[in-house]
Amino acid sequence: MSVIQNTPKMLSRSVVSRAIVAAAIVSLFTGCMLFARAPEDLDYSRTRRSEGGLYRATILPQGDSIPQGRLQRWTLHLETAGGTPVDSATVSVDGGMPQHGHGLPTKPRVTRALGNGDHLVEGMKFNMGGWWVVKFRVNATPGSDSLVFNVKL
Amino acid sequence: MARFVSLGLVAATVISAAAAPALKLVGPRWSAAQRETLRSLSLGSLGSLAADPSNRYADDTSAARLGQELFFDTRLSGNGKVSCATCHMPARDFQDGTPLAHGVGTTNRRTMPIAGTAHSPWMFWDGRADSQWAQALGPLESALEHGGDRTQYAHIIAAHYRDEYEAVFGRLPMLRGTPAHAGPVADSARAAAWRRMPASGQDDISRVYANIGKAIAAFERRIGYTPSRFDRYVEAELAGRAHTPTDAFSPEEEAGLRLFIGKANCSTCHNGALFTDNHFHNTGVPASTLVAAVDSGRAVGARQVVASEFSCTSRYSDAKPEDCDELRFAVTEGDELLRAYKTPSLRGVAERAPYMHAGQLATLADVVTHYDRATAAPFGHSELKPLHLSDAERRQIEAFLRTLSSPLAAPAGFLGPPNATGQ
Repeated sequence: MSVIQNTPKMLSRSVVSRAIVAAAIVSLFTGCMLFARAPEDLDYSRTRRSEGGLYRATILPQGDSIPQGRLQRWTLHLETAGGTPVDSATVSVDGGMPQHGHGLPTKPRVTRALGNGDHLVEGMKFNMGGWWVVKFRVNATPGSDSLVFNVKL
Repeated sequence: MARFVSLGLVAATVISAAAAPALKLVGPRWSAAQRETLRSLSLGSLGSLAADPSNRYADDTSAARLGQELFFDTRLSGNGKVSCATCHMPARDFQDGTPLAHGVGTTNRRTMPIAGTAHSPWMFWDGRADSQWAQALGPLESALEHGGDRTQYAHIIAAHYRDEYEAVFGRLPMLRGTPAHAGPVADSARAAAWRRMPASGQDDISRVYANIGKAIAAFERRIGYTPSRFDRYVEAELAGRAHTPTDAFSPEEEAGLRLFIGKANCSTCHNGALFTDNHFHNTGVPASTLVAAVDSGRAVGARQVVASEFSCTSRYSDAKPEDCDELRFAVTEGDELLRAYKTPSLRGVAERAPYMHAGQLATLADVVTHYDRATAAPFGHSELKPLHLSDAERRQIEAFLRTLSSPLAAPAGFLGPPNATGQ
């Protein structure tokens, strides 16, 4: 199973393209450089379902566009699949550039819960243009699950 | 993204550019995405310099004047012959043109230039300092660079700069009874003398020492770049103006720029108006034949900056913890840090041979060839992969890099020693 949560549109696409995306994500964590360009059918939506279906989350970067080379704070809105806000959760942040085989240039953290399912994410930074993946691992009452967002700068 | 333009398109455009005259009206030579990349690389995109919350004197002109005097003062050394300017030569873009820096001894690294570094969150090739003032303090008590020590420097301030110092930083501490030479340095006698000092005395001296760094930083902070021919070229392109001889590119230079932001992937890391992402990368640079010690780059630098006595979160910093997010959220471990070095700015790069963190590559042509071949790293993993450039393409990139040279920018009198400028 791909660690990227597919949209219904993506689910209808070929198995090959899903395998490419999955391999790209694997490369992120193995340090291999496999690709010269980003897959064309990536889902960049800022609201995603978690890999196992336990959560729905929305990333809210500061401003309309995500700046390159500057530290920024995000808000992560987290709710159950049924739409109940999740305030008490352990969330870790990971990510990187699958094409380049490197991780994030910083080690961002969720530093506090803001209420109503919102969580403050500090230390976000993207030092290059292109396709990035940001992954949140969530552990809360419904269980452990992961959310993966594609980000394009 | 520009670098994802198909090779066929790149090749066709390069051929087209090569056939074009040097001076001509702007045509559809650059796509909208490419124009945005060009804009992002031009000096006009740099923006104003942000305040340094860790140095409340950073924008104090009196501190900058004191820092300028200290920068050129050879008394701030173990042998009376070494100043910051010994390696950071103003006439050479504040570097020394040699593979390894020579102070009282020879270091393991290439001297880095100073211009524009106030915009960077990390100093040194390995980012082991997180501000200009913290950077300045490293060489001063390095046994291979200035070779001096903290109490020596405090005595020099008291003897020669008391008025200027106290006008900026307030009263100097009483130095009666303070050893002439003491500090947390490699020399065992001076280190022992430092350990014998009371903690309050050590703190007083360290605060003077930190202020020396802050004054030097206030000086360095004012040194930047003037627009290069590249910047003028981009300005004309974006404005749709016909090029003049002062802002025109030759077909070879234009082709090199196209490669730089396209097929050759240079602008992936060399991005922004200073041509650096201010981050650390293992690009497979060969080990120096002049350095015997193993150099792990950022893997060591990251640990050092976190533990630094003069970091943004240290007691000598003027910043609040929340002002130190680069440090708070720094990556401090992992294989990616192994033999990773800071992406250097490419402004003025043609004037700064030799290249890489220990001057391993003698010429710009060698550098372009290194990135083309993407040889394996001595250890750790190189992020590069071969580019398969032709000889002509390598020459084009080199030609483009030569368009990035320009004189330095600074307030009047700040590009040399104070005596030479009448200050």
